Amino acid sequence: MTITPEIVASHGLTPDEYKKVLDILGREPNLVELGIFSVMWSEHCSYKSSKRWLRQLPTTGPRVICGPGENAGVVDIGDGLAAVFKIESHNHPSFIEPYQGAATGVGGILRDVFTMGARPIANLNALRFGSPEHPKTRHLVAGVVAGIGGYGNCVGVPTIGGECEFHPAYNGNILVNAMTIGLAKADRIFYSKAAGPGNAVVYVGAKTGRDGIHGATMASAEFSDDSEEKRPTVQVGDPFTEKLLIEACLELMESDAIVAIQDMGAAGLTSSSVEMAGKGGLGIELDLDRVPVRETGMTPYEIMLSESQERMLMILRPGSEEAARRIFEKWELDFAVIGRVTETGRLVLKKGGETVCDIPVGPVSAEAPVYDRPWLPQPKAEPVEAPTAEPIDALRRLLGSPDLASKRWIWEQYDHLVMGQTVIRPGGDAALVRIPGTNKGIAAVVDCTPRYCVADPTAGGAQAVAETWRNLTAIGALPLAITDNLNFGNPERPEIMGQIVGCIEGMRWACLALDYPVVSGNVSLYNETNGQAILPTPVIGGVGLVEDVTRAVTIAFKGAGETILLVGETKGHLGASIYLREIAGKEAGAPPPVDLEAERRNGDFVREQILAGRVTACHDLSDGGLLVAIAEMAMAGDVGATLEVETTPGFLFGEDQSRYLLTTREPETLLARAQAAGVPARVVGRTGGGALTLPGGRAISVAELRQVHESWLPNYMSGH
Amino acid sequence: MKAAVITFPGSNRETDMLDALERITGKKPLRVWHADSELPKVDLIVIPGGFSYGDYLRCGAMAAHSPIMREVKARAAAGTPILGVCNGFQILCEAGLLPGVLLVNETLKFHCFDVHLRVENSQTVFTSGYSTGQVIRVPVAHRDGNYFADPETLDRLEGEGRVAFRYVTADGVPTKEANKNGSARNIAGIFNETKTVLGLMPHPEDATDPIQGSTDGIGLFRGLAEALA
Repeated sequence: MTITPEIVASHGLTPDEYKKVLDILGREPNLVELGIFSVMWSEHCSYKSSKRWLRQLPTTGPRVICGPGENAGVVDIGDGLAAVFKIESHNHPSFIEPYQGAATGVGGILRDVFTMGARPIANLNALRFGSPEHPKTRHLVAGVVAGIGGYGNCVGVPTIGGECEFHPAYNGNILVNAMTIGLAKADRIFYSKAAGPGNAVVYVGAKTGRDGIHGATMASAEFSDDSEEKRPTVQVGDPFTEKLLIEACLELMESDAIVAIQDMGAAGLTSSSVEMAGKGGLGIELDLDRVPVRETGMTPYEIMLSESQERMLMILRPGSEEAARRIFEKWELDFAVIGRVTETGRLVLKKGGETVCDIPVGPVSAEAPVYDRPWLPQPKAEPVEAPTAEPIDALRRLLGSPDLASKRWIWEQYDHLVMGQTVIRPGGDAALVRIPGTNKGIAAVVDCTPRYCVADPTAGGAQAVAETWRNLTAIGALPLAITDNLNFGNPERPEIMGQIVGCIEGMRWACLALDYPVVSGNVSLYNETNGQAILPTPVIGGVGLVEDVTRAVTIAFKGAGETILLVGETKGHLGASIYLREIAGKEAGAPPPVDLEAERRNGDFVREQILAGRVTACHDLSDGGLLVAIAEMAMAGDVGATLEVETTPGFLFGEDQSRYLLTTREPETLLARAQAAGVPARVVGRTGGGALTLPGGRAISVAELRQVHESWLPNYMSGH
Repeated sequence: MKAAVITFPGSNRETDMLDALERITGKKPLRVWHADSELPKVDLIVIPGGFSYGDYLRCGAMAAHSPIMREVKARAAAGTPILGVCNGFQILCEAGLLPGVLLVNETLKFHCFDVHLRVENSQTVFTSGYSTGQVIRVPVAHRDGNYFADPETLDRLEGEGRVAFRYVTADGVPTKEANKNGSARNIAGIFNETKTVLGLMPHPEDATDPIQGSTDGIGLFRGLAEALA
């Protein structure tokens, strides 16, 4: 078969990239080889537009055992244990087929984590949908949520947190970002670097079918109206097989059999074999006749590019093959020696005794194109006037708005209790799971504020990082590290590239200022349909440590007669706020700046007071500002409050950063300590009664708040 | 009390159950693999929650025919107490050890939240740690927990004191609102004729430690441990 320019183009390679392929090979590739270059050099696998900028992120620290570049990041949490985590997008497949797209997103991120030798102990997800009025939105929400639940619930990993927002910019490109955290012994981490020429290359898990061929290439292009024809590129998930694969891999990892292991995710057998060989500076020879297949007549091209789920590739130590085989047979999974590690540095594939591919591994992985794409800085947003509104009425409208309304309808469909270690359930600032056999806990959160990022990418990038740090701090956790999921539009457009550059720059500042490195991540570009890009959405997954879970606090008011303190400075910033959008219908203005020094000072103070036992409840202030945060604390605890505050929109609804609300029975001590620490703090009210009461006596009952807050999503989903 | 917890490939709440049993009885239970056809002599057999063999077919339908279930049936016939929680309850129904069936929830969705249960009969080996009429709070986590049986069977269950738990409000009233999965007569758990087999959808094992938000499930395990000591 002759490779025509049309075939090259349909594989997503530019003429220049194809010329590079010809240079590397010194001849024309065959179709299998072209397919392999195509997926390895896709945006999804090569990070070719973002790599130059991602290198600027801080990725090291005293606790970092493994940073970006492996299947997941690894952080030391003491006592010989490590937290292993990563976030990954499954945006394009979830738009085309929401249930399977979201389900396999969960499956993929779970594999990334247990591949490293960790037992998954928590899942989170960050979801963004189009406008609630868009005809597809309800169907997408229902499918995505059912898919995430269907997979995670069956596998038996609790889904403990997440976020869900709506905006017309996601009408044609929803975002489904899934995060998994696992627990491993710090000295038993498994990596993907191949070693030992002659060692067996072993395929385990489910069989290979024709599903998901070219998924990575699909994820590297814009959508158009006919994208639904790409449904065959979406994979189908089988959580039961995943559960078996987790148990079998972890059982094998108890021994010393494994030299290297890699899951078959995007670009399946291609990326796993090329990446493993590439990292080891070695070659791999595979006999494709030995690959367990689900269908007859599969071509080498199909076998290499299939994205069938629940599969792993391993390199085993000599002599350990039979013991390994027995474990996989016990779990009724396929186990096949499909090839050997070689010294040639080439990927050689055979089928029916013939060589169907023979390419150098190094260039495919190391010489993947890297682009320094042109970018435009974002013009500064104009200042904006905020209207005044009756505060109780505004509060009611905010709490019942799609972004602030309760997401209980979603997280009650996720098993967030399985494993029996969930200490803080979804719905608060950060969730918390205990580490079995200890008093320690892992805290986790995902967050991003895209309306800030679109108004000022740098401020928005910094804010996203800082907000996760604040969420973790608000339960008493010490923030350790982050994973990032950078969702943007088409990087070939300079204004989109400007958003990417700006957000990463802001993230960098915040990570450095907060000693909060990036240990893993994922980039999803080309989130555009018919030229309409999504809002820049760099989702941050933050992980923190609690030494004693009984010291952690929740957002719920604990009882009457406690003092409510506001920590941090309030200037009344309403630019790019939810108040401005929901009350005035304006998406305008600059986002609130984050003073990272104040962030750290305020957060360290709050954490210290929580751990000292002086704080009974804590909540950070974010979307909707002070009054929304107080209402959330009141609803969670079913206790009202009487407030002593200025009733200006800026004070009540401004979104100034680095702020927390605390309740305490020792206000004098807390205020004195805040003053000593140079942290602004003031009394804003007292808990008690069944209503929120503002100065002047205007009030709303907690029952009514809850009714407004809890009803929007269920009503929307049932078509009301 | 010596307990055995049966583990299917897709069980996923077996560690919750093993932890709860050990926490309350002080003894490590045995873990028995589904492919084993031998079951050591024990005082209590537990079938935990999960998705036994994936449950792509009707929940528990395949597990009911596994080698280990033949042994479980023989033990049940000999009077060994059997506890099935969630998927375990589904398996016991499919295996014919308990009457009725668990349909998909009325909402057609997975449910994960705390429920209130009223103890309907405390005169059994499983419920002696509670008093009749006591209300406890424990979580549920299932998609197929909507208990169904024909009216004659339901009448017989009620007449024979074989309803173990009902979904109720916090103050003990069996309302429609409290019965979110749509179970017949708010039934959350039932006994067999001899009250030596109990199946229930909620998870008492996940309410046995203060960090879990409720310790109301302790009564079940403490009662069992005392009765089977």
